[in-house]
Amino acid sequence: MAPLPVKFKTKEDFLSFKQRSIEQYEKNRCYLAVCGDTGCSVQGSKNLYDQLEIYLRKQGYTENVKLKCTGCLGLCENGPLVIVYPQEIFYQRVEPEDIEEIIEKTVIQGEIIERLLYSDPVSGEKYIYGRELPFYKSQLRNLLEANWKIDPGSIEDYIANGGYAALVNAVTEMDPGAVVEEIKKSQLRGRGGAGFYTWVKWEECRQQTGRKFIICNADEGDPGAFMDRSLMEGNPHSVLEGLIIGGYATGAQEGIVYIRAEYPSAVEKLKLAIDRAEDLGLVGENILGSDFNFQVYLSIGAGAFVCGETSALIASVDGRIGEPVQKPPRLVQNGYLGRPTVVNNVESLANVPLILRDGAQKYCRVGTEKSSGTKIFSLVGKVNNTGLVEVPLGITLREIIYDIGGGIKEGKQFKAVQTGGPSGGCIPASSLDLPTDFDQLSSAGSMIGSGGMIVMDDETCMVDIARYFLQFLADESCGCCFTCREGISRLLEIVKEISDGSAKPGQLELLKELAGVVKDSTMCGLGQTAPNPVLSTLRHFEEEYRAHIEQKHCPAGVCRELITYSIDQKLCNGCGLCLKNCPAGAVTGNKKEPHYILYDKCDKCGVCTTVCRAEAVIKQ
Amino acid sequence: MVNMILNGLDISVEEGTTLLEAAKFYGIDIPTLCYDETLSPYGACRLCLVEVGEPGKAKLFSACTYPVREGLIVKTNTKRVIDARKMIIELYLASCPSSKKIQDLASEYGVTEVRFTPKNDECILCGLCVRVCEEQMQAKAIGFIDRGVNRYISTPFERQSEDCRLCGACMYICPVCQARCQGPREEETICNACLNISPPCLEKYDEAMCYMDPCVACELEKEPDE
Repeated sequence: MAPLPVKFKTKEDFLSFKQRSIEQYEKNRCYLAVCGDTGCSVQGSKNLYDQLEIYLRKQGYTENVKLKCTGCLGLCENGPLVIVYPQEIFYQRVEPEDIEEIIEKTVIQGEIIERLLYSDPVSGEKYIYGRELPFYKSQLRNLLEANWKIDPGSIEDYIANGGYAALVNAVTEMDPGAVVEEIKKSQLRGRGGAGFYTWVKWEECRQQTGRKFIICNADEGDPGAFMDRSLMEGNPHSVLEGLIIGGYATGAQEGIVYIRAEYPSAVEKLKLAIDRAEDLGLVGENILGSDFNFQVYLSIGAGAFVCGETSALIASVDGRIGEPVQKPPRLVQNGYLGRPTVVNNVESLANVPLILRDGAQKYCRVGTEKSSGTKIFSLVGKVNNTGLVEVPLGITLREIIYDIGGGIKEGKQFKAVQTGGPSGGCIPASSLDLPTDFDQLSSAGSMIGSGGMIVMDDETCMVDIARYFLQFLADESCGCCFTCREGISRLLEIVKEISDGSAKPGQLELLKELAGVVKDSTMCGLGQTAPNPVLSTLRHFEEEYRAHIEQKHCPAGVCRELITYSIDQKLCNGCGLCLKNCPAGAVTGNKKEPHYILYDKCDKCGVCTTVCRAEAVIKQ
Repeated sequence: MVNMILNGLDISVEEGTTLLEAAKFYGIDIPTLCYDETLSPYGACRLCLVEVGEPGKAKLFSACTYPVREGLIVKTNTKRVIDARKMIIELYLASCPSSKKIQDLASEYGVTEVRFTPKNDECILCGLCVRVCEEQMQAKAIGFIDRGVNRYISTPFERQSEDCRLCGACMYICPVCQARCQGPREEETICNACLNISPPCLEKYDEAMCYMDPCVACELEKEPDE
């Protein structure tokens, strides 16, 4: 490790440190990158890392072969992932038993171990290098690229890969107005949900005088979304650098990272990053010899989804109950402690150093005219490759789901994709060629939101989806506004009635009317967007709702109360497997004779379908 | 003074007032459940919704929390506002039919049907009691507990609070328990007995409404024998 210098006083101090870091980085070209992010950790990557370390030490390779515990590498489903550098050989589903072979064969002799390579679930083709995987090939990993290369705990790694150059350049050579101007040229839009232009917030805050704050909103609460976490865990310095630049541009001298308590690893890594940046004088008083002072604090949330809403977030930072207040006055006039405050999302801030480093012009080349740059989506659900994908804005949904995601699991039919988290909406198959930019998705009744993308196949019931998201929002509503608290719970009540078949005719009209009022009359963004799951599924799948109400039939076969199981008397060979496995004791019949299901006992768990080898169980 | 347009009228009000106070000053009635002039505004009942902004771009805001601003265009009685209020009143009726205040509002707004399953809650979580205890009595003996549908009001740790002086202000200010409606039987959520005000001229004139209550134009147009 390079010796820690005293704090940087000038740009030259930084450049010579950078030179040393690069030399150090080049010297350790031969290393193993083990994914240490949550997805791989639960699949045993922590143990794998420890075992690797023990093995390397035992064999005396520690001088020549280094180990890095990196942030999320992307292909979470196939973890634990290990990448062997310098060749960049990509191994998946690595077990501790494979360690000896990896070190002795691949690292020492450069041989490839066939069975650890990724093979395409559709074509069966095997890939050696990470970049060649179809999953990565169609992506543009401007932000996530660094996750592959750097150890999140090492500021030297980050600096060797071009980090903090943008900050140093901004502080020593640009005035705050010029920084805002550059962000304006880049057309960067907030990545947290609303897609508001970042420069507008910054410019308004810059015009204000006195004590100001900049807050990084790291309260990522959408189910199935983990973009911000992987950035903070894989490359915490990029977020920190963006925050410091934001402070410089807006004139805020205090930065706060509001991060949820559910992300302990991200908290730990950010804390370490802030400490290291302080050691080098990139945070603190008189940064790089200028008169710019900047302090960073962490504020830990307590698990409320609503605290992602900026006014609730500020209440929570302040130690009050996390409840939104009505705007105006806007935060840029009256925010934290009544002072001008800017709140930016993690991913927006991580984009800032890239813009300043490469210039706004280059940044704008990616994306569409009104939505520039890349966006990280967390692609989950019924696709073959799940994980984090970073793509240029404007790419079509089809490209994301079929080229990167590898299509629908088990060759089933695509039905819809839910984007934008609980407050977003569903997009049906007919709109698959829709470009993913802020405006196009909103006009289709959904939104980019924070970037969650849940793919659904034809065995997904849209009423059930709406019910799931409404349940989430009902649990997470702060309960202050009557229309949000009572409105969502009534929406949920109606949707539940529809899904269990007890809905009366006319309920659908009531549902629509109530959804409209809740959207229109609630105070904060949570309540205003809460009816979206209902409204967007109704917009595209109204006939499915009608089938539930009028024919008491769930077309996808999901809503328990509306399906029945029976046994095809011709196909059943009387093996008795269903009888043995049925937990409700609802199957009767003599051995070697066709069996029957007793409807009044059946609790519709579906075990009989799973165990039947003759495919004789009919679900209707 | 701040100049703005309220229901088509050019008005000027003192800076620092809210839309609700301005409307009250000009004699325009806006219904509220969680507002009291001696307490800080809370914006939770959503009944005081008004339409703010240029036509076509207007949004609904709660009048009690919205500060007046130069050049604002505010409408208090449009179809959008009334429809939202009606739905909100229907929701209130379904959850808390024993409140006379809510029953009166239902009559006033012509809400004659409740399409939701009745709940018979005892509290609408308007927060008046919490605020009166904190701001007027300086006691802070009660507060909100939990969130969302599980939210309720109680003393800290659900024990009798040492800060409570048993002054009764919380009960006095409560819009639900202060006056109970004896009208509806348990199976009927709606009473519609006490008040029967004919609806404003909304149906006839839509957006162009008057600011008088009862409306002078409507009264004049009425046939003498009506």
